[in-house]
Formats: sequence, C-alpha cells, structure tokens
Amino acid sequence: MSGRRLPFGLIGYIAFIVVLIGVPVLMPPFWVTLGNYVGLYSIVALGLVLLTGVAGQTSFGQAAFVGIGAYVTAMLCLSYGWSPWVNLVIALALTAVIALAIGFITLRMRGHYLPLATIAWGISLYFLFGNLDFLGGHTGLTGIPALRFFHVELRNERYMYVLIWAVALLALWSTSNLLDSRPGRAIRALRGHLDMAEAFGVNAARLKIVVFIYAALLACISGWMYAHLQRFVNPTPFGLGQGIEYLFMAVVGGAGSVWGAVVGATVITLSKEVLQNILPTLLGKSGNFEIVVFGVLMVLLLQHAREGVWPWLARWLPAAADAPIEPAPALAARDHAQRAPHLLEVKGARKQFGGLVAVDNLDFTIDTGEILGLIGPNGAGKTTMFNLISGALPLTAGAIVFRGESIGSRTPYEIAALGIARTFQHVKLVPQMSVLDNVALGAYLRSHAGLVRASLRIDRADERRVRAEAARAIERVGLSAHVHDAAGSLPLGKQRIVEIARALAADPVLLLLDEPAAGLRYLEKQELAKRLRDLRAAGMTILLVEHDMEFVMGLTDRLVVMHFGEKLAEGAPVEIQRHPAVLEAYLGGVA
Amino acid sequence: MDLAIFALLVQDGVTNGAVYALLALALVLVFAVTRVIWIPSGEFVSYGTLTLAGFQLGKPPGTIGLLVGVAVVAGLMETYACARRRELARLPRQLALWTIVPLAIAAASWLIASRAPPFWLQVLLTLALVTPLGPLLYRIAYQPIAEASVLVLLIVSVALHFVMTGLGLWFFGAEGSRTPAFATASWQVGKVIVSAQSVLVVVTSIALIGALYFLFGRTLYGKALRATALNRVGARLVGISPNLAGALTFVLGALLCAFSGVLIGPITTIYYDSGFLVSLKGFVGAIIGGLVSYPIAAAGAVLVGLLEAFSSFWASGFKEVIVFTLIIPVLLWRSLTAHHQEEEE
Repeated sequence: MSGRRLPFGLIGYIAFIVVLIGVPVLMPPFWVTLGNYVGLYSIVALGLVLLTGVAGQTSFGQAAFVGIGAYVTAMLCLSYGWSPWVNLVIALALTAVIALAIGFITLRMRGHYLPLATIAWGISLYFLFGNLDFLGGHTGLTGIPALRFFHVELRNERYMYVLIWAVALLALWSTSNLLDSRPGRAIRALRGHLDMAEAFGVNAARLKIVVFIYAALLACISGWMYAHLQRFVNPTPFGLGQGIEYLFMAVVGGAGSVWGAVVGATVITLSKEVLQNILPTLLGKSGNFEIVVFGVLMVLLLQHAREGVWPWLARWLPAAADAPIEPAPALAARDHAQRAPHLLEVKGARKQFGGLVAVDNLDFTIDTGEILGLIGPNGAGKTTMFNLISGALPLTAGAIVFRGESIGSRTPYEIAALGIARTFQHVKLVPQMSVLDNVALGAYLRSHAGLVRASLRIDRADERRVRAEAARAIERVGLSAHVHDAAGSLPLGKQRIVEIARALAADPVLLLLDEPAAGLRYLEKQELAKRLRDLRAAGMTILLVEHDMEFVMGLTDRLVVMHFGEKLAEGAPVEIQRHPAVLEAYLGGVA
Repeated sequence: MDLAIFALLVQDGVTNGAVYALLALALVLVFAVTRVIWIPSGEFVSYGTLTLAGFQLGKPPGTIGLLVGVAVVAGLMETYACARRRELARLPRQLALWTIVPLAIAAASWLIASRAPPFWLQVLLTLALVTPLGPLLYRIAYQPIAEASVLVLLIVSVALHFVMTGLGLWFFGAEGSRTPAFATASWQVGKVIVSAQSVLVVVTSIALIGALYFLFGRTLYGKALRATALNRVGARLVGISPNLAGALTFVLGALLCAFSGVLIGPITTIYYDSGFLVSLKGFVGAIIGGLVSYPIAAAGAVLVGLLEAFSSFWASGFKEVIVFTLIIPVLLWRSLTAHHQEEEE
C-alpha cells in the first residue's frame, strides 16, 4: 500500500514546488498576478483554518482586518510619508487591539454571536472606510508607493510574488508548528471539549481570544501587502462579501488542515476567474452569476463533503510518520505533601439549583494514599458533588479545602493548577488526536511553551519532555501499544484508561474519577480496578464517584454514601454493606 | 431641530422600526425552531417588493420562473428520497405538496398578471408567490443537514443569500422599484403630519406580533414548534415531525418577510440586493432580544429604526456605521449578563 502511495505523494510535492517557482519565472503577468492573489488569500484563509476549522469559532469579518492592514499603510504613506515597514507594525498593533476588543465581547458567549458580530463589524467598517474623507471615501486612495527591501524596489508583480509567497509559506510553517505544540493541543481541544480543556488548566476564554487575534494579524499582513501590490485601495475588497468569500475558501479547501487554506484559495480564485469569463457568454446576459454558482456549490459541499477538498487530496499523500518519542529529562514533579490535617476537606457543602437542593450540608475528608468512594442511588447528588470539587460548578454554601486552600469558588483551571486532575463520565478525548497528544494535554500546566515559541518551533526541548512524560503515563496504565493511534479509534474501555493516563500526566495530588466503570465489560472492570490499586500502591490519592457496587466494594478503603443530597453513611466497605440505612436506600427497605 | 422635524424623524423611525420588527420576529422564529440563522430573509423582503412592482407594471414578475425552478428541484429531491426509502406510496402526496401546489400558484399568477388585477389581489399574489419559496428552500438547502451545528447552518444561509441575490439580479434586473402606498390619507395632529401609511404599517406589525405571541404561547402547534427547537429527537419521540416543523416555520418566516417587503416598498426604493441590509437591521433587533425573546426583539428593532432615522438626519454618511456599531454594546451587555454556557459541537 505505502509503496503505491509514495510516488503520488512525491509527485504532489514536486508539482506544488514546480508551480510555485514556475509561475513567476515562466508565466505571463496575468498568471503571476493571479498567483499573488492566491497567496494573499491563502494567508487570510489560513487564519480561518485555525479559528474556524480547529478552534470552532467562525468569523465573516476577516476582510475588515485585511482592510485595516491596507488602509493604515496607504494613509500613513500618503499623508505622512512614513515607511511601509513602520506602518506594518502600526497596522498589526491596531488590528490586535480591535481583535482583542471584539474577541473579549463575543467569544465569551455561544458560538453564533461571534459570526453575527463579525458580520455587523464587517459592514460598519466598510461604510466607515467609504465615508471618511481622509481615507478617500468610496473612490479610495491612489499612489501608494512600492515596497523597498533594502535597495530592491518591489515594483512589479514578480517581485511581490516572491514576498507574498515567502510570507505565505512562513505563515503555513508557523501555523503547522503551532498546531503541533502545547498551545496547539489546547486549541484543538477548544472545539467541543471546552470543559475538558479547562479541567487541565487551559484558560479557554483567553485562548479563544488569542486565536482570534492570530487570525486577525494574518489578515492584516495580507492587507498590507495587498495595498503595496495594487498601489491603491478602495473599500470594495474589504466588504462583507469578501469576508464571506474568505470563509468559503477555508471551508472548500478543508478547514481542518493548514493546506486546506492554500487549496481553497486556489480553487476559489481560479474558478471565479473561469466562471466570470464563461457564465455571461453561456447565459447571454451579464451579471454576477458566479456568485450563484458559488452559493450552490457551497450548499452541496456542506451537504455532502463537509470536510472540504484537502482530506480527499491528502489520501494520495504518504501518511506522515509518527514522530518518535525521544528520551528526555522528566518534567518537574509537584510537591505531594498533604500540608493540612486532611488532603481534601468538604465542610457543610451545599448546592442549590433554583428550588432543588442537590447537595445538602455534606461533610467528608480524604487523606493521602486512600481510595475514597462516593456512592449513592440515582439522583443522590454524587456527580454534583464531584463537579463542586473540580470547579465545574460553584458552591452555594459551605467550604471545600484542598491542602489548606479554599477551592469552593475557584475556576476549573485554577483548581487544576493546585494539583487536582479528573476524568469524565462521558469520555472527553479529542478523537482525531493521537493517544499521545491527548495525554500530553494533561501535562499542559507542567510546561510553559507559549504561542510565539511554539510557532517559531523553539519549544522542542520542552516538547520532548512533555511527550516523554505523556508516554510514561501511558505506559503506567498499560496502553503503550496504542500511543500513536487516534484516540477515537479505541474501544470505550481503553478510552477510559486514556482519560486516566491524561489525568496522571498532570502529576496530580488528588485524582477524581467520575464513574470510571460505567459502560465497561466485566474483564475491563477487573483490569481497571487493578490499575487503580497499582496507583494507590504508588501513593496516589483517588476519589471516585461510582454506581457499580461490586466494583467499589473490592477497591475502596472507605465509602461515603449519599442519598437525596445528604450523607447517609460513611465507613469501610464491609460496614457499609451491613448498614441498615444504606440497605433501605438501595433496596427500598425489603432487607 | 424643531418639534416638527423631531416628530417627523420619530414617525419615520417607528415606521421603519415596525418593519424591522417583523423581520426580527421572523428571524427569532426561524432560529428558535430550526437553529438556522436566516441571513437570506432579506432577499424575501426584496423579492416581496420587486414582485409587487412587477404586478404594478402589468407583467409577470420574475418570481414565477424562480418558483417553478425551485419547485421542480424540490420535487426531484422528494422523488429521490421516497424511492430510496422505498416509500413510493407517499410520493403523490409529497409531489402535490412540494411541486404541484407551487406550480399552480405560478400558473395562476402568470395568467392573472397581464389582466390588470386590483391592488389587493396583486398583494395577495405577491405573498402567494414569495411565501412558498421559504419552505421550498428549507427543503432543498437546510433539511438534508438539519442536524448540523449552528455554524454549518449559518454558512449554508450565507451561501443561500449569495444565490438569491444573484438570482434576484437575473430575474428582476438591476433597477430599483417603489410600490404605491396602501393609503394616501394623512392627518394633521397639532404641528405634526401623520400619514395613514405609517399608521397602517405600525398597526399591522403590532397585530402580527400579537398573533405570533399568541401562537407560540397558547396553541398546541406553537408549543410543538418550540419543543422541536429545544430537542429534535425528543420532539420526534412524542410525535412531532421536525421536518414538518421546519417547513411550517419557514412558511411563517417567509410570509412575514414578504409582507415586510410589501410594507417597505412605498417607503424606500428597493433593489435586488437591498434586502440584506434591511434584514441585518432586523438582526440587530433580534440579537438585542438574544434570538429568543419576541417582545424584546421587536422593541430592539424599533430602537434600530429610530437610531437610523436620527443618524441619517445628523450624519447621513455614517448611518450604517452607527446602526451596526450598536450591536457591539448590545453584545457586551449580553456577554456580561449571560451565564457560562457550554459550547455545542
């Protein structure tokens, strides 16, 4: 199979390079200009791949950011004679500030407010460009100087081609670096796994804003080059219609991959060119028919191939080899001391949802090295209690103290930083990511490579340590054979174990397991119980919420039984099995 | 600014606002039931005006051809769906609903158009022509992916907006149109002149808003539609067909939009691409209501109308900038009051 695939892949890469170099050297200016536009659009679409395809946020307003890049440099060049390079810095700064403001307002809310806000913002900026006299109104600004690079003047489309594609390739390189890094793993988890990302220390709201700014900056650079390529600007190319077209490019190309941006920009630019020439002659009427064809194709694409063109092309390319896990020094381990009389102390915890009291005046403690089971019939409030400890829900009253610090009103990512790691009742792994990457997300707080270091790929030493750590956690739970498999391809039982490995990668002081045995078969449960005993033997403290009596009885040191939000009983499993109130609650008083 | 101008602007703003309110309602309605952010609603407005203008000129409006085309496509899709599920017995009924009825409307309009029908009949025909486009386009574009995320549905909406704008240019041409007023009377109230047209627009809007409020709050059908919005699978389990609910919602939504087009025709000149900005103003209103609340959305839309009237008096070039920038403080307010909500996938 791979023998047959490789030549196609090679041909693909060679074809890309030949076209990339061949266009400016051999082709007439028309094609070079087209190539320039594909490059400029690719850069904008790349931002959308990251924002929409990976992080799951949609913006129709990228064209407005392109406009800021173009107008800032045009205006400053013409009115003050400033250097375009200085203007680039100013344009980027302005874009970052605006994106920060818009992102701050809209990204805290559900998905559809960002697209709506970007539609509104795209329109108002378009009209603003068109109505401000110092920006030339609807006629625009002409006579923008060409760029100078030391002593070379980039005065025609061939020179600009080199600059545009150098920037485009750089952007592709840095974005794919970013996706394969610590922040990249967190960004990939944003889409649909927000609470999981937060449970491992990701400040999701902030990260979404950062991604939005990143996409806006790419758009701004594209606009800056556009202004110096065209040498004039007017509001039309920065309107909402173009903003929508950028999104189409990302979706058509395949918003899940950085190459989707280039493919989408190429397909849309070329087909628009062709359609604009063919359709009017075909229909015998002039008008913007290409827009009708685009729209219809878009609807068909979303109905039948939502992933876009790239995944289809990528089948012909050789699969990237799994990066080897190199030995690396261990990440700094946490101090595991208990620090307080109890590791975790729940005092008079109460949670109320409107009139319903889900947890009422609950007290219990956990000490280092024990497995505590929190059990109870359906609706007893176990999961609510679990969410109170992990920070997914705020306490109504009472206190939860972890190693001497009150955590009752902290956010999940602050609690994660203190040394509590959790698993989820409904498995929350990023299915397309490898087991290794999923587990590495657990170590998010133990390494510090940020966006800039990740994009420039100077985070590799850190990254090696994270990967080695993740591999160790996977080995600890006995899943080494699946390190490079996509997490979504494993059976449920193994996915639950991957969740435990991810929690272990965080080097937790306390491990919270939410119904770890739910949906497992008998043998899988046995296997899980054995793993958990091994962990306890190694000094781990575990709190588990569970339904399955048999599973908890053989495993836990102590049990807390909840019933209607209150504590019904507490003690060793043998005592609980004989406790009359527990028997009544579970069996309805028959015994 | 004296009192007369002030009153004139208020009247202008409220009249426009009443039309935006109808749109805001259509948008909230469609979103609540189908989760579709219905960007092409604006095209239904412009189609409404332009269709009526076609009848005014005594020639069959382009909408007829469009309706025929869309009905044929929907019929083909139904045939395919029935054949694939081996339910050919259902086919005649489906075809009658999706193809024959629209074709009959188209044929009737074609025949009547050239015989100088009275104005009220022209309005009725306009509504009869534009309204079926709503459910038909729902059937073609949205229903096959009704379970997709809000974002995918939104992108489909945007694509559909492109298609409808392009087709609008094709069928109606690039010239703008105005339609005659329903009523030409006006009254002098103190120093202020109140036109019957304005009163009519406002009263009709209020009546429709009241009717919708009643429909959704008090009737079983309305409650069924709301249930579908909340949980499609659950609604299906208790016997509500989500497809039927979606189609019905689009009938209502398209009717509201087409009617807005008829109402706004005498107030502004409408071009094939004017609908988008009009509907976006409805959107600003709808967003003020959080895409959930009908009364707040309507109030928001009136606010947009007033803001537009006054800003066109003081800074006409920046009218759109001011109206669309309003959305930012509104979203800020909503974001600060909203609770943390889990992302949907």
